[in-house]
Amino acid sequence: MLEVKGLCKSFGGVAAVNTVDLSVDEGQIVSLIGPNGAGKTTTFAMVAGFVAPDAGSVTFEKQNITGFKPHRICDRGVVRTFQVTQPFATLSTLENIMVGAYHRTANRQAAEERARAVAEQVGMKALLDQAAEGLTVAGRKRLELARALATGPKLLLLDEVMAGLNPTEIDEIVTVIKGIRDSGVTIFLIEHVMKAVMNLSDFAYVLNDGVLIAAGTPTKIASDSNVIEAYLGHGAAERMTGEVAAGA
Amino acid sequence: MSLLKSRTGILVMIGIIVSLFVPVFVANKFYIDILSLILFSAFLGQSWNILGGYAGQFSFGGVIFFGTGAYASSILLTTFGIDPWIGIFAAIAAGALAGLFIGFISFRYGLRGSYFALITLAFSEVFRVIANSVEFTGGGVGIFIEHAPGIKNLQFTDPAGYYYMALVMVIISLAIAFWLERSRFGAYLIAIRENEDAAEALGVNAFRCKIYAIMITGAMGGAAGTFYAQKYLYIDPPIAYSIGMSVEMLLVTIVGGMGTVFGPLIGSFVLHTVNEVARHFIDTPGLSLIVYGVILVAIIGFLPNGLIGLFKSQKKQTGGKSDA
Repeated sequence: MLEVKGLCKSFGGVAAVNTVDLSVDEGQIVSLIGPNGAGKTTTFAMVAGFVAPDAGSVTFEKQNITGFKPHRICDRGVVRTFQVTQPFATLSTLENIMVGAYHRTANRQAAEERARAVAEQVGMKALLDQAAEGLTVAGRKRLELARALATGPKLLLLDEVMAGLNPTEIDEIVTVIKGIRDSGVTIFLIEHVMKAVMNLSDFAYVLNDGVLIAAGTPTKIASDSNVIEAYLGHGAAERMTGEVAAGA
Repeated sequence: MSLLKSRTGILVMIGIIVSLFVPVFVANKFYIDILSLILFSAFLGQSWNILGGYAGQFSFGGVIFFGTGAYASSILLTTFGIDPWIGIFAAIAAGALAGLFIGFISFRYGLRGSYFALITLAFSEVFRVIANSVEFTGGGVGIFIEHAPGIKNLQFTDPAGYYYMALVMVIISLAIAFWLERSRFGAYLIAIRENEDAAEALGVNAFRCKIYAIMITGAMGGAAGTFYAQKYLYIDPPIAYSIGMSVEMLLVTIVGGMGTVFGPLIGSFVLHTVNEVARHFIDTPGLSLIVYGVILVAIIGFLPNGLIGLFKSQKKQTGGKSDA
């Protein structure tokens, strides 16, 4: 469904993303993980049209969408959420979601109905009349998800929708995300909460210093020595396998 | 239809009916003239409000569209003998075109916030200098419009004529703002004001929406220009492109409440009334301006959402009580 080939982006000589290839298949939940500053959000921003890549291509449903404006990419059915939530602060939750819903219809009533349905789906029904600026972190994360979902996407790019949530809230949003996938929306997500990544994803990519260092099923990734080194430092993998051996 | 049933709808209806009969009951022509001025300024405020209040693009050059419209219909009238009834549509088109031109240049290059404010201010000066130096505008001498009262020329001997004309314009401007609040386009403008990136991510073509917004603002400004020219029968570059008028239209909107249907009207009413009352009761020259200034500072300082914020916060409180 989504094909990314040789994607590169440098900021002032620092290669934030360096020749990244990845693909997301329809109906799956795919994760993009990696330490802070690995280039995950930059990759998302390039896919969604917020940052123009220096090189490489982004193809969605066999059509080249590299360098398109965000609203045109949204027209194609690819919508992102923001890691740092970007609510329309003075508007209510309902009005926020309606902006997304208007993407499918110019009719106010139809947009409102759709927004209410989406709010129900993500569990925001009780917060509809509340101003977005008054929402909690968990509320804002859900709002990001709801707005994006209301546009009727084929592929959702979720940028750390679980960061800053407590364990109960994470469990809730994991259920919501699974529900969205089951309704036929493909999901590509950036996440630090490993439990959720393990639980949710069909496939995962690991990015470190702008380079893909591993790809595979979550269980395979978790035992990959490159990944362990990236997260825990040089030599960590050896020590861990050593400890395991000693323990046995 | 819901408008006709709601409380606001009933108030608007009463307001319109009362406004229609004001000239019948108010004998003093001076007051009718002041009321026309209030309505005219409310209309200009509303034109600014579309781009500034709803779409969040603060222009300091609202007068560009006013002046361009005034010149468009006046040149058609004096040079080609074309009625201002046609001229006002030419003025609307000229204002919208000026909006397209300035919007394209500034939004194309992503100018936002204070940069957009500065470039619109600069453009209004550029337009003034051009109007001063080319011939078809009459240069620095300006354009005199022949005094020929009659509805055909949009000129009236009775101030009530201008009053009614301004009233119609204000009602149209309120209808535009009301439509914005209910439409997808309006929701997109507000989304752009609140967060342009988020709006883009949700499929909003921010560039195009802003262009449409500045064209609506321009069209309304153009119509105001014809009104002014037919009322005062004279325009020259300092009048047509005065920075003072740019400031006035944003002032009445900010004081009344930006991004609201009735903000500009309320702001215009209060500011002009304060100004006239202060002038009437205070004889010391200049002191009335000080009083006016102090009241202005107080309103802006204590009511960040404008005067309309007073009503809104009350509404919220009563709404909360009825819920409980």
